[in-house]
Amino acid sequence: MSLEKITNPLNARHWLGHMEADYRYTLGVAGERFLKEIKENARIMGAKCPKCGVIFVPPRLYCEKCFAKLEEWVDVGKRGEVYTYTVATIDVDGKKLDKPQIYALIKFEGVHGGLIHRIGETDKVYIGMKVEAVFKPPSERKASINDIAYFKPIEH
Amino acid sequence: MFGKKRVAIVGAGITLFRRNLKETGKELAYHAAKMALEQAGMELRDIQSVVMGTAPDAFDGVHMKGEYLADGAGAYHKPYTRVFVGGGTGVFTPLAGWWHVASGKFDTCLVVCEEKMSSCYPHPQYAFTTIFDPILERPIGMNLIWIFALEMHRYMHKHNIKKEDIALVSVKNKRNALDNPIAQLGANITVEDVLNSEIMAWPVQRLDVSPTSDGAAAVVLVSEDVAKEVTDNPVWIDGVGWCIDSTHWTNRDLYYPDYVEYAARMAYKMAGIKNPPKEIDVAEPYDPFDYKELHHMEGLLLCRKGEAPKLTREGVTQRDGDLPVCPSGGLLGCGNPIAAAGLMKVCEIFWQLRGEAGKRQVPGDPRTGVAQAWGDLMQYGSVIVLRR
Amino acid sequence: MSVKVKHFPGEEIETKDFREGKVLFESFRPKARYAWSAGIAISRFLEELKNGRIIASTCSKCGRIMVPPRIYCEKCFKPTDGWTYVKDTGVINTFSVSYIASDASRLKEPIVVAVIELDGASPGMGIVHLLGEYGDWRQLKIGMRVQAVWKPPEERVGAITDIKYFKPVKG
Repeated sequence: MSLEKITNPLNARHWLGHMEADYRYTLGVAGERFLKEIKENARIMGAKCPKCGVIFVPPRLYCEKCFAKLEEWVDVGKRGEVYTYTVATIDVDGKKLDKPQIYALIKFEGVHGGLIHRIGETDKVYIGMKVEAVFKPPSERKASINDIAYFKPIEH
Repeated sequence: MFGKKRVAIVGAGITLFRRNLKETGKELAYHAAKMALEQAGMELRDIQSVVMGTAPDAFDGVHMKGEYLADGAGAYHKPYTRVFVGGGTGVFTPLAGWWHVASGKFDTCLVVCEEKMSSCYPHPQYAFTTIFDPILERPIGMNLIWIFALEMHRYMHKHNIKKEDIALVSVKNKRNALDNPIAQLGANITVEDVLNSEIMAWPVQRLDVSPTSDGAAAVVLVSEDVAKEVTDNPVWIDGVGWCIDSTHWTNRDLYYPDYVEYAARMAYKMAGIKNPPKEIDVAEPYDPFDYKELHHMEGLLLCRKGEAPKLTREGVTQRDGDLPVCPSGGLLGCGNPIAAAGLMKVCEIFWQLRGEAGKRQVPGDPRTGVAQAWGDLMQYGSVIVLRR
Repeated sequence: MSVKVKHFPGEEIETKDFREGKVLFESFRPKARYAWSAGIAISRFLEELKNGRIIASTCSKCGRIMVPPRIYCEKCFKPTDGWTYVKDTGVINTFSVSYIASDASRLKEPIVVAVIELDGASPGMGIVHLLGEYGDWRQLKIGMRVQAVWKPPEERVGAITDIKYFKPVKG
């Protein structure tokens, strides 16, 4: 059988498809307690290492530095400080947002780590700005990080 | 002995294996790693390097899962590597740990394996199907069970093996698992139960298959100098071997895993083993399906090709037989959190050689054991030989 | 599983605990779309399928005739040298009768998948495909001869599914 030449070298083919999967992530032993406190008590908790003395937010089961088990949980309050921030103008799919959204890493006093969250009720933000968590009404809370609606600046 | 230093396992840890565990992957890794350290009488600060083994990111659903799990594996501010060779990961990870210590670069290495397959919902099947070629295989509707069924059928055809003989492996391993505190599916079943179970993809039936699971395991590796200080009872890694075959699985005869044999030969050569069935006291080959234990026994040169079913029928592979195979209960009895399952087998050999296996202990003071894992598209073999 | 350890960690939960709110979780569905490049060899393979033919590549060093075709011989690790057509008939190397679909759901009527060694390719060179028109699956045997059943030319697009399935034939 004689060979036929490939018709058009530009016919380099692609095969289209997608990879389907749904995920359900358990919050974990520490995560469940952290988010339940946010949902039920509007409290942001940290976990304290008995050996290093470090308080971790978000709280976790173990100290990553010395591997001790963390049993002591503390209320770190609702107030923190903007450690760094960015202003998003497009959403996760690349579409332009109606209004720019500020995201910040908020640190709490005496705590190792912090929370990434939205800044609301202001267009101005700066590193070091003092902020306070604004919680959704109890009926709207689902034990999610979004039970905190955003952090707002505190007037001095 | 190849390598600059001899390497020993001095501690092992493991979590329960279950279909659904509440802990996150990080928390599972922590529990196993912490237990291994405590059993070794060591602290995290004694650990100079960490190797994590974990199978596709698609199971846990966290991209760059190796990095995500790092702090749970004790790797904070330490030299860290994640390795992944599909189902072969569980035995390959301690091999990678071996390189760290045998090279002389590190005196200690913490080896951790974790899998949280329950995050992929409702079933990890979706994650599995992406292993197949997207252009030539997925459009046909490939399902992971099919490829095992194709291999099982070829193995049965080549040696004229009946399902009854293969089912004996499932019966043995699930019964062995009743004595394993971490096991997911220990049970007293019969060959009839297996033959009457639901056909999934003939010749594979439901009781031929191990389940998907969550779980983690860990071992502590140290050089011979440190081993002397830490324990009177080190278990030495005397042989390491690994090998991969082509992904063109339709171009190979699936009845025999050549790549397992090559990995085994590599490990046996290093360990100075010339007659595996005589010199090996206990074996933990990878058994995600019952026929795979037989397939791998042959690849590990523990018997001739096609002879494994006969040994099983004659009771040679029972705990009190001449060559105990899967005294832990294997994946069929304990569950299959991919990477952790392979490392569980290494842990089992460790505990068997130390006489700590309790009700599962094989008699006769075993001194040499082999664990093997297998993975990817019917193509990967990793083998470790442990000795006391 | 050492006797020295009294308690093995892990909090077991059941699938129904998620539904009943006994365990808390976050849900996520990644949006992952792909345009997989067929590459040089498979682009040609797909083009030929559209024309109703199966093409293989050859290596002058080891002499293998390989299907699916590839631009390098993985054994000799050198470029493959040529192309040649192979037949759309062959022999069943192995098969399975599946009552589960690719999404793990149960099927009433089974799907039969097989590895078919194609005539004209090197021994053992197979492709995976479905079997059809086989009557009772219990009559199927490894070693049986099969023949491809193609979609009509106007329905072929250059895909592995341009072949509908392979059916058993005498001879």
